[in-house]
Amino acid sequence: MSIFKQARAVGIAVILAVLAGCAGQVNESAQGPSKVETDAERAAREARQAEFLAKQEAAKAKQEAASAAASAAAKTAEDLRKGAMAADTLFFFEFDRSDLKQDALDDLDSHAKYLASDRSAKVRLEGHGDERGTRAYNLALGERRANSVARYLVIQGVNRSQIESMSYGEERPLSLSRDENGWSRNRRVELIYQ
Amino acid sequence: MRLFIWLAMTLMMAMPARAELVIEITRGIENPIKIAVVPFRVKSAGAFDVDLARLIETNLERSGQFRRVRRDTMLSLPGPDDQIFYRDWRAIDSEYTVVGSVERDDRGLLVRYGLHDVYGERLVFPIERLSESSDSLRDIGHYISDRIYEALTGVKGIFSTRLLYVSAERRSEKDQTFKLILSDADGGRPQTIFQSSEPILSPAWSPDGSRVAYMSFRGKRAGIYVQTLASGEVQKVAEFPGLNSAPSFSPDGRKLVMTLSRDGNAEVYVANLRTGELDRMTNHFSIDTEASWSPDGRSILFTSSRGGKPQLYMMNLADKTVKRVTFDGDYNSNGAFTPDGESIVFVHRTNERFHIARMNLKTREIRILTETDLDESPSVAPNGTMLIYATSDEEKGLLGLVSMDGRVRVRLPSVSESVREPAWSPFFN
Repeated sequence: MSIFKQARAVGIAVILAVLAGCAGQVNESAQGPSKVETDAERAAREARQAEFLAKQEAAKAKQEAASAAASAAAKTAEDLRKGAMAADTLFFFEFDRSDLKQDALDDLDSHAKYLASDRSAKVRLEGHGDERGTRAYNLALGERRANSVARYLVIQGVNRSQIESMSYGEERPLSLSRDENGWSRNRRVELIYQ
Repeated sequence: MRLFIWLAMTLMMAMPARAELVIEITRGIENPIKIAVVPFRVKSAGAFDVDLARLIETNLERSGQFRRVRRDTMLSLPGPDDQIFYRDWRAIDSEYTVVGSVERDDRGLLVRYGLHDVYGERLVFPIERLSESSDSLRDIGHYISDRIYEALTGVKGIFSTRLLYVSAERRSEKDQTFKLILSDADGGRPQTIFQSSEPILSPAWSPDGSRVAYMSFRGKRAGIYVQTLASGEVQKVAEFPGLNSAPSFSPDGRKLVMTLSRDGNAEVYVANLRTGELDRMTNHFSIDTEASWSPDGRSILFTSSRGGKPQLYMMNLADKTVKRVTFDGDYNSNGAFTPDGESIVFVHRTNERFHIARMNLKTREIRILTETDLDESPSVAPNGTMLIYATSDEEKGLLGLVSMDGRVRVRLPSVSESVREPAWSPFFN
């Protein structure tokens, strides 16, 4: 119902009420033929009153529905946020590769859903590499890894403006072990909420 | 692009760095020249903090082409004006004998020295005299080393050149101290010229040795900076969104080739340092980085993953045509030309290990020069006889020297911090 329609309905009700009041007084003080409501008039009045009440009911119901939906939405947003906070923030890669591994996708989806639901949320993606290969090349590779994650998030509905990405190359290893165990932990993207 | 200039580093210039490099020779040539450097006679009161003879013999030995005759085997310790009994030097298997004296007076230092050919029984060049107003015995020692090296090998010495390298001290993943260090070619007189809690990478010398370029972060932003060594003045050359890395000066010193990802992907650009004008050189969805100039300034060598794996490519700057250079192995990167432009040196992976290799551009023959692992960042000495590179032991990064034929190898382990990213300066004279 538009505001205009609502205003008109209220207006009509006021007029009817005034008319009714007047009629009553008239009825009491001066009992003339003109003061008597015909059946047809009464039916019409009652119909209008019923319509007005129905509309009021509908408006109220709609308002209640909206507020219920809003509280439900708030609950889901909180759930999405919690989901994102519980999800992994480290995503690992193969040597000299920047394509996402299958096992990263569930956690990335959790981050994407939350970020898409809350446009004020922002993340920084830091790309890293292992010590093998040359430093400047690894810097570029780290950026490619961060970009892979960024691209996936954007496809899932996150705004590019919510994501900042950078590369540290091989300069900030998580592990200092010089074997595949250590290296595989260092070839990563770290997702950091800002 | 705007250029920003600020003065900040003058205080840093004065800070001595703690990590001195110590030299260990792991391998030398079969028949090095045997040379006896007699302790320099001190002709004035007071002591000197540099043992010139020790400095010179260590310098010469580090080239791999000389072997010192030990001091305690010498039968006499002549000065520059004393008669030399050649027979005594032949007896201890010395082919050449260096004699000298040092004194300090009101005007400064006076050093005199001579080089004797033991078998020819003559001076190789007449006794020379050096006077210096400042207290720079190390400079004098390096100069004398260069003079002897050139007289006996015919090749210009590199003992007066300098090194840049990065040291890193790590307390945890996110708590590290990075220092850009400038030292003598033998690792002596290390000085911190820039320090940061964020990584410092890819230091590179200007061709005249007056400026250095490097990549560092200010906050979370990567940038390329050019620092003038004498004044400490720093010029910001690039700080675009994304990568700003791998700077290298053009042979005329006017341009810097670098990697930027401001257009979405790692590409090679050339920046004019005077106008700030940028020229994009590569255009490929793969990684293009680590560009360096040929000595004639006509081409750049760079790493690209356009073939699926990192390989070296050469671009002719006149028409931007690109040719692949390396085909052996699945990882070839970080290439640089030798000073004569005839060869390139680069990181080459073979049997899962990373070594430094050299390729002759005409014959395409590849020679692997190093035998440690995780070897990277080769930087060729200006006389083309050796290169310095980064490697590591169990715990930390080290620097190594290797001759261009791979026959001489010298390790330069640092005392404390992990070191990497060495860059050998040009000649200063």
